[in-house]
Amino acid sequence: MNFDELYQELILDHSKRPRNYGNLEAEDAVHVHGDNPSCGDEIHLHVRFGPEKVEEIRFTGHGCAISQASASMMTLKLKGKPREEAARLMHLFHGQVAGSGEEPGPRELGDLNVLSGVRKFPQRVKCAMLAWRAFEQALEESATGKAEGRVSTEDQES
Amino acid sequence: MNQPSVSWGQIRADFPILDQQVHGQPLIYFDNAATSQKPRTVVEKLRHYYERDNSNVHRGMHELSARATADFEAARTRLARFINAPSEEEVIFTRGTTESINLVAQTWGAKFLKEGDVILLTEMEHHSNLVPWQLLAERTGAKLRFLPINDRHELALDRLGEFLTPEVKLFSFVHISNSLGTVNPAEELCAAARRVGAVTLVDAAQSAGHRPLDVQALGCDFLALSGHKMCGPTGIGLLYGRRELLEAMPPWHGGGEMILSVQYEKSTWKQPPHRFEAGTPNIADAIALATAADYLDGIGREAIFEHDRRLARHAHEKLAAIPGLRVLGPPLGSDSRSGVISFVMENAHAHDVVTLADQRGLALRGGHHCTQPLMRKLGLSSSARASFYFYNTEAEIDRMAEILAEIDRFFR
Repeated sequence: MNFDELYQELILDHSKRPRNYGNLEAEDAVHVHGDNPSCGDEIHLHVRFGPEKVEEIRFTGHGCAISQASASMMTLKLKGKPREEAARLMHLFHGQVAGSGEEPGPRELGDLNVLSGVRKFPQRVKCAMLAWRAFEQALEESATGKAEGRVSTEDQES
Repeated sequence: MNQPSVSWGQIRADFPILDQQVHGQPLIYFDNAATSQKPRTVVEKLRHYYERDNSNVHRGMHELSARATADFEAARTRLARFINAPSEEEVIFTRGTTESINLVAQTWGAKFLKEGDVILLTEMEHHSNLVPWQLLAERTGAKLRFLPINDRHELALDRLGEFLTPEVKLFSFVHISNSLGTVNPAEELCAAARRVGAVTLVDAAQSAGHRPLDVQALGCDFLALSGHKMCGPTGIGLLYGRRELLEAMPPWHGGGEMILSVQYEKSTWKQPPHRFEAGTPNIADAIALATAADYLDGIGREAIFEHDRRLARHAHEKLAAIPGLRVLGPPLGSDSRSGVISFVMENAHAHDVVTLADQRGLALRGGHHCTQPLMRKLGLSSSARASFYFYNTEAEIDRMAEILAEIDRFFR
């Protein structure tokens, strides 16, 4: 297999130059610290929810190309989306990388479908899901009015 | 070094698993620090046991049980000789290094450690030689202390006196680090511990089967090892303990095999080692582990150690030539280097390196190698690791260097 079958150009591009990288200073932003204890990858996800939708979303952290690219592409995809829509995309994406989705993936996932190759590498699914698990936690925190959260890829099957 | 003439090339034929393609490329197995491969003779021994002798040990009155018991106890004697234990009664079968260390922590530690006592460990311990002591410290009020590493990734021996004080009741340390490849001077460390009256435990998971091991020369009180890293089956390992210490230790698990007599209200225990082997033991794997010991001694552990180091030196030189690649552990040419090479690449995360290497048939490991506090101290979240054994070759290392250079170019 050529290396670029799993690591397509778009993945390398996002991992080298992650979009929406940084913190959110806004007081009403939710911060979630996510980690993958099996490999040490970490993410700090900052989300500011408006009354209806994801207003702003940024992240910092370190990890493999898959986890960084997934986080970067996630922020592009979710920014401006209504909560329900964001949650639906998260489930779609999970289905896609965890192997139950179809190939080619749903059109709505757009660029994120380049991460579908991860399904052939069960050990790497957690890498792709780390940012999304943090976003799921951020949704929960904001629904209960909290500003800080933690999540680990070991908390539940992902 | 005077080496016996070993035909390293022919040895590969003893390991059928090595002769296969992975993702269409010849397998290069460099994950030996995680587990070694098993020679045919060990696999044959398991088959022979299950096809001819399988039976429960020790109380059976029939022929098969007599055979199984004789082979099981002969394995204990053989393995006592493997580590030069004074007596086979000082050798306890466990599931492996982790269980051996937990056994000491929960029996010797629980009985003899109290508040204010210090357990001395090092900064390069595997979680298996850290977490059992954390649990014990929580239970007894004893404190943990860590002998630091220096910038050569060796133990800071010049600071040993500062850390090895009379409050230290136990000094437990790794013989060869699984994440740095550092060989620690176990003999010197045990002697220093003895001078302050501290009991010593040597974690020999990475050294057993890779170099000669002599508990009397080391002067240790306990030594733990795993069978599967030295050509034996998984699920079997040893704890060596000095007789006097074992005799003073309370039982760990209660059940059959470990008792002298049982009444409804109370029981009395056997002498070591059987006091610590409750229930039906892992008979087949213990017997096969003795076969692994025979196999390794047939090659010669001195020769194996030199071979490991020759490969590591070659790998170190080759990898150092790859741009942006940094090898962890003692510097090239240092005497305290074993056959474990960990490295980080500037442009590629360890997991990406391992995934891509696998596509070329190269089995590496990436991550924290169960040494999270050490990685944190080194400012790393993960590293990639190549670990060698006697069936590996310099040609395989040359191929690894090509693959890693390709990965570096890909992520550049």
